[in-house]
Amino acid sequence: MADEGAPPFLSVLYAQAASAFGTSVVLLFLFVAVFGPLFAPYSPTQQIASEARQPPSPQHWFGADRLGRDVFSRVVYGARDIISLAGLGSLLAVIAGTLFGLISGYRGGLFDELLFRLFDAFLSLPSLLLALLLLGTLGPSRNSVLIVIVFVYTPIVARVVRSVVLGVRHKGFIEAAQMRGEAGWYILFREILPSVLPALAVEAALRFSYAIFLVSSLGFLGVGVQPPNPDWGLMVSEGRNTISLTPWALYFPVGAISLLVIGVNLMADGVRRALQGEA
Amino acid sequence: MALTIGDLTVSYRQQGRWLDVVREVSLSIQPGQTYGLVGESGSGKTTLALAVMRYLGEHGRIRQGTIELAGLNLLTLDEASLVRARRDLIRLVPQNPQSSLNPSMRIGEQVAETLPGLSESEGKRRVLALLSSVRLPDPERVMQSYPHQLSGGMLQRVMIAMALSGEPALLILDEPTTNLDATTEAAILDLIRDLIRARRTAVLYVSHSLSLISQLCERVAVLYAGELVEDAPVGELFQRPLHPYTQGLLDSVPRIGQNKRAAELRPIPGQIPRAGERPPGCVFAPRCHLANALCEQARPPLDTPGEGRRVRCHRWPEIAAGAVGANQIVERYGFRVHAPTRQRTTHSAPPVVLAVTHLQKRFPVRRTLGEWLNARPPRQIEAVRGVDLEISRGRTLGLVGESGSGKTTVARCIIGLSERSGGEVALLDIPLAPSIAQRAPDLLRRLQMVLQNPDEALNPYLNVGEILGRPLQKLAGYAPADAARGVSRLLEAVKLDPATAARLPGQLSGGEKQRVAIARAFATRPDLILFDEPVSALDMSVQAAILNLIAELQRESRHSVLLISHDLAVVGYLADEVIVMYLGRAMEVARTEDIFTPPHHPYTEALLSAIPVMPRPGESPLTRAQPIHLDGDIPSPMDAPAGCPFHTRCPRSLGEICARQEPPWQVGQNGRRVFCHIPLDDLEKAQRTNSDREPRVDF
Repeated sequence: MADEGAPPFLSVLYAQAASAFGTSVVLLFLFVAVFGPLFAPYSPTQQIASEARQPPSPQHWFGADRLGRDVFSRVVYGARDIISLAGLGSLLAVIAGTLFGLISGYRGGLFDELLFRLFDAFLSLPSLLLALLLLGTLGPSRNSVLIVIVFVYTPIVARVVRSVVLGVRHKGFIEAAQMRGEAGWYILFREILPSVLPALAVEAALRFSYAIFLVSSLGFLGVGVQPPNPDWGLMVSEGRNTISLTPWALYFPVGAISLLVIGVNLMADGVRRALQGEA
Repeated sequence: MALTIGDLTVSYRQQGRWLDVVREVSLSIQPGQTYGLVGESGSGKTTLALAVMRYLGEHGRIRQGTIELAGLNLLTLDEASLVRARRDLIRLVPQNPQSSLNPSMRIGEQVAETLPGLSESEGKRRVLALLSSVRLPDPERVMQSYPHQLSGGMLQRVMIAMALSGEPALLILDEPTTNLDATTEAAILDLIRDLIRARRTAVLYVSHSLSLISQLCERVAVLYAGELVEDAPVGELFQRPLHPYTQGLLDSVPRIGQNKRAAELRPIPGQIPRAGERPPGCVFAPRCHLANALCEQARPPLDTPGEGRRVRCHRWPEIAAGAVGANQIVERYGFRVHAPTRQRTTHSAPPVVLAVTHLQKRFPVRRTLGEWLNARPPRQIEAVRGVDLEISRGRTLGLVGESGSGKTTVARCIIGLSERSGGEVALLDIPLAPSIAQRAPDLLRRLQMVLQNPDEALNPYLNVGEILGRPLQKLAGYAPADAARGVSRLLEAVKLDPATAARLPGQLSGGEKQRVAIARAFATRPDLILFDEPVSALDMSVQAAILNLIAELQRESRHSVLLISHDLAVVGYLADEVIVMYLGRAMEVARTEDIFTPPHHPYTEALLSAIPVMPRPGESPLTRAQPIHLDGDIPSPMDAPAGCPFHTRCPRSLGEICARQEPPWQVGQNGRRVFCHIPLDDLEKAQRTNSDREPRVDF
């Protein structure tokens, strides 16, 4: 109840075991991403030839890869990379998608029709294929990956936002605002946006988890973040070749990807439940 | 006894707690008897009906009591026998036939499903017979139709036909006419009445409306917050109610012919308590004007004040003796003449606030691909076909009609939410642009509208203070710092606690939401407020308070009102002048005082006769004379009939001329105008002979 003071969001997320686990995982990874350099024992690119292919040990918690780089440090720095890239990409996609969805859904008509047929065309392609096509023209780099994430996920977010807008657009409170002569932006952001937020929060969390997948997949395929950056997908790709010699160089980045994606998904589920319980 | 319910308590689980939704209710229905169960939302009436069928789901359970149907104890039956009992003994006619019929099956197949074990030709014969027995025109065609091809009234007839296949011991009717128009409702009630009379089925009729129940039922049980508060033969209940809640219900809806100038309605204060928040004493005590200390402490027993009557009230002997609340009863049943109390005598006519001339609205219909390929011209729905109206300062104009009459479209065109296709609209002699987007802020301020559904009219994510503060700042010229004070004043004007400003719409009851919506329209001090069905979404006991509020605000600020309603009693209570609409046209214009007396337009006459007539003591509604009812449904506005739009259903049609030629506007006394070929004198003569069943006489 709002008049008793809104409950702290975290306590709602911690009310259930699954979402509590997910939220903890996400917080842990965020912590690692922010403060990682403070406790990572080595630089991610430092090669100690004498210690190459060492299994996990007190010196190298996650072992060392075939070039003698510390896998733990690489996973820690990789978290920083992937969370910033996937986070920024999905944030931009959510903002762009929200704008498109709000404006197009509220205005309707030919503009809406054309824009969303175009979006439908994009959505009909698998996102990885679309990403590969784009990267082929842009050339592989961090910025290209960012553009790809925004480009691939904006139509999806826009579609979710638009569906909520279409449900709200003809309700009485929008007509009441029109009767007051409110400007279009006021109706969009003050009257309609609050109704969109619950669905948007869930969608944002989901986009984040898919973006992690996408960034890793592109790295794995070699068209995303380039070596020697400690990208998890790249690490999996490299580790795969030496799986019999240094399995730890494969398993730890794979585990990190899985854990983070599962964590974000469980948290998204908790967010959805918390918002539904409130409304 | 066909059905005996003894001491029944039903609970629902809410957030881990079991809450009693129906408490210790007993009643019994004899074969051939029609029993009414009346209550507002939250009274437990639907739960009781579901409990009889044992359809409570996993979150509901019967905590105690007995249910016996035709000698079977329904509560101890195993699953298989229960399924058999539901199939053979009980039939239900639901509120919403659209969602109860399978949209992908033909009507004939669905009806045949209720007649198992028959050969195909025999089955078809029986289905046809059933469909004709519910007076469906062209049953052969109906059999071949899918549900979406039939109107709501026809679907409800199909549901009734299915309910009557076989020989059920009990027929449950759950608000069977709530979603139907007045004239269709009257025809369905006729049908149900005739069918019941011809059979020995026990009927449980569940409804929120006392007056509807009085049209069919011999006995009525009144439920409040899960308890049976009064149970009596219908005539006695209406003439001599013993429970203050029953009295309150009878008082809270305006009667035909009752007007705001004559008397205020008597609303029941407060709202129905939620399950789990019931007071310890009498459940009605917090809202009861007669409650004393005993009522607040002790739950009253279910007494038997007389043969066949039961009441759960501590003070019924005083009420019966007329010691308390007596004057209310006399006033309620005395025939009220329109006392010209607050009529102001003005020397010059008050200025015209709104003038609408020849308003038209056409909606284009999207062509299907086939129509487009065949180059058929696009079709149009003519929602409003030339309506004129005028409202003077401080006056109220009522717009009455059934769904599809175009009354809401008229309002939306005036406010500019829909762009009119033709005609002129002027506010205080300033012509209004068709679209709201082209109107100056000052005109927006002067013209406001209260929308139909209070649940959708308020933004669920903004609190009341924000909802009301915005129009104050945007249109009424309040500085942001003064807005909070303005909001408090507004809330007080609509009789809400100023603390309501901090709450979200989801935390308000339906009546409170409607008050906030009215306050929002009122915030800009408009010259004209449009009300679209202001009480149709509200519970009965709350309606009176809202109608009083609308009248009171208008008395104080002298704005004009355009009131849209399907309910003649509501319009009759608030309006000074009434326009009756049918298929986008005005059929009759008259002063409110005159609209209930002949000469009427034949359509007005049918609307009036569809209004329930209250039963007298000892009278059985099943044997009463039948009012005039209309055949068929309202034609589609896409191909409205030529000539007089009403001629296809008119019981007084003159034949050829009505179908060919548009009728003239005949002018009668007091500026009454009737759109009909029949001379007013003839209409009056014909309608006077029917006047023994004119509704107002019964009040």
